[in-house]
Amino acid sequence: MKNYTVCFFVSLILASAGIPINGMSAEVLVSTDTLSNSSHIRTLAASCAACHGSNGNSIGNMPVLAGINGNYFVAQMLAFKSGERPASVMHHHAKGLNIDEINLLGVHFSQQKRVSNVVPKSQTLKANHD
Amino acid sequence: MTKIVTEKLDFERRAFLKNISLKAAGLTSTAIAGSAILSACSSLGGTSKASLGRVVIIGGGYAGTTAAKYIRMWSNGTIETVVIEKSSQFVSCPMSNLVLGGSKSIHDLTFGYDLVQKNHGVKWVNDEVTSIDAAAKKVVMKRGEITYDRLIIAPGVDFNYASLPNLEAAQEAIPHAWKAGWQTVNLRKQLEAMPDGGVFVMNVPRVPYRCPPGPYERACQVASYFKTHKPKSKIIVLDANPEIVSKKGLFSKVFSEMYAGMIDYRPNNVIVEVDVASKTVTTDFDKLRANVLNIIPPQRAGKPAQMANLLEKDYPWCEVSFLTYESVLAPNIHVIGDSVAAGLPKSAHMATSQARVCASAIVELMQGRTPDPAPVFANTCYSYVNDTQAMHVANVYRYDAAKKIMVAAEGGGVSQSPSELEGQYASAWADNIWSDVLT
Repeated sequence: MKNYTVCFFVSLILASAGIPINGMSAEVLVSTDTLSNSSHIRTLAASCAACHGSNGNSIGNMPVLAGINGNYFVAQMLAFKSGERPASVMHHHAKGLNIDEINLLGVHFSQQKRVSNVVPKSQTLKANHD
Repeated sequence: MTKIVTEKLDFERRAFLKNISLKAAGLTSTAIAGSAILSACSSLGGTSKASLGRVVIIGGGYAGTTAAKYIRMWSNGTIETVVIEKSSQFVSCPMSNLVLGGSKSIHDLTFGYDLVQKNHGVKWVNDEVTSIDAAAKKVVMKRGEITYDRLIIAPGVDFNYASLPNLEAAQEAIPHAWKAGWQTVNLRKQLEAMPDGGVFVMNVPRVPYRCPPGPYERACQVASYFKTHKPKSKIIVLDANPEIVSKKGLFSKVFSEMYAGMIDYRPNNVIVEVDVASKTVTTDFDKLRANVLNIIPPQRAGKPAQMANLLEKDYPWCEVSFLTYESVLAPNIHVIGDSVAAGLPKSAHMATSQARVCASAIVELMQGRTPDPAPVFANTCYSYVNDTQAMHVANVYRYDAAKKIMVAAEGGGVSQSPSELEGQYASAWADNIWSDVLT
């Protein structure tokens, strides 16, 4: 019963992110811990901000993850992971993540609103600074 | 419209500072002080939110500022967040070696704290901490004091001059330039003034120290400058470690190919003595006279962590739980960033990742929930080898429940070679992390 409930919940959120759920029971093994603890994925997702901006709203030419199609996100991450899509750095991240995390990151980023982030304006360093 | 918002912020700041000074004057009723701050706070967002308590953060670097922003974001503004920072400006250590290479100015890397305060309702105190009273949950500053429900200490590193005592007072002549600021500018000016054919001597302290690839990137940046402007000059790198600490294969190749004949790398060379007047260093093997001398001293957890007695006995860093970053020595006091005792690189990206795990855990705890039992985060660190080409080391780190530490997941690694594409990525990394931390 517990597993059924979990699978149903995963189906809902993956479907809402545009991620296909066919064959999910074989490929997506999501534990109750991961699902019930949204702080897990929000913290992992936020660690992408150094290159992809707060909540996936990147600045400059870096790919914007906010509002991304979840299915596309998962496909790209799996391609980085397998080496099918060449990368300078993303394969090092994709290979370190498991399928559950990639799926839930897809859900997470698909749900983020697109906004325009800014780079803070640089200033003249004050004389009294160290 | 903008004016009204500004006035509200000014009001809030005045009310907040007034509150601190009241407490400094001896009126230490937390309840009264707390409600004064809360009422001011609720005027900021226009909606009244019950506060779950106050988190005080010492240090407005990458770690402390990130923690403040994300606590406000993830608690929907229900946790009052106060940062105490002695500097009025943020100066980025990442990219600061480019000031030595000549492709960046220190002013390019200097920012204000106004947007992170305005956008997220983070309260800010420009003051220096003088003591921490853990029993009373109180931080004392030069100009006031403040109580907390939880304290985050994010002070970065402190330099330990015990092994080279005459160096502390000689930082004008021999700068460390390992905290970005005027020392970075000083070192650049010394390099500019050095005659072609001169010798630049720098060191790498024993691990752990802030930014593992940083010293090697520095050697590359200085070499990049010399190659164009002073091609007869030499660089001697005295490494206290037995080999290059980070991106070893890549840096070895760059030293021997891109800067062939210019960089003389010497491992296992600990500086034991410095003669300031003649800029002469003595190691176990060598005695070298430099035209320009840059010594990066051994490091330990920052001063506020020392004040709270959070350093381990035989290891000058702070042991924490990697689920919450709470000190193992002091309940309700968390440590994040470079001061943490961890087998993890002391990098800016790492500092922000630790800050978010800590922020998330504090939000969960203050909302009566259990923090994530298995944090995972990513770390990417770029190094520039000249003014346009960079290379990375990147890993995912995962909590190991048996060892109770963060360990690198399989699949991480380094660039195949430095490239201009990665130079662009490194620049984008800087813009995005500055935006994430400071806005």
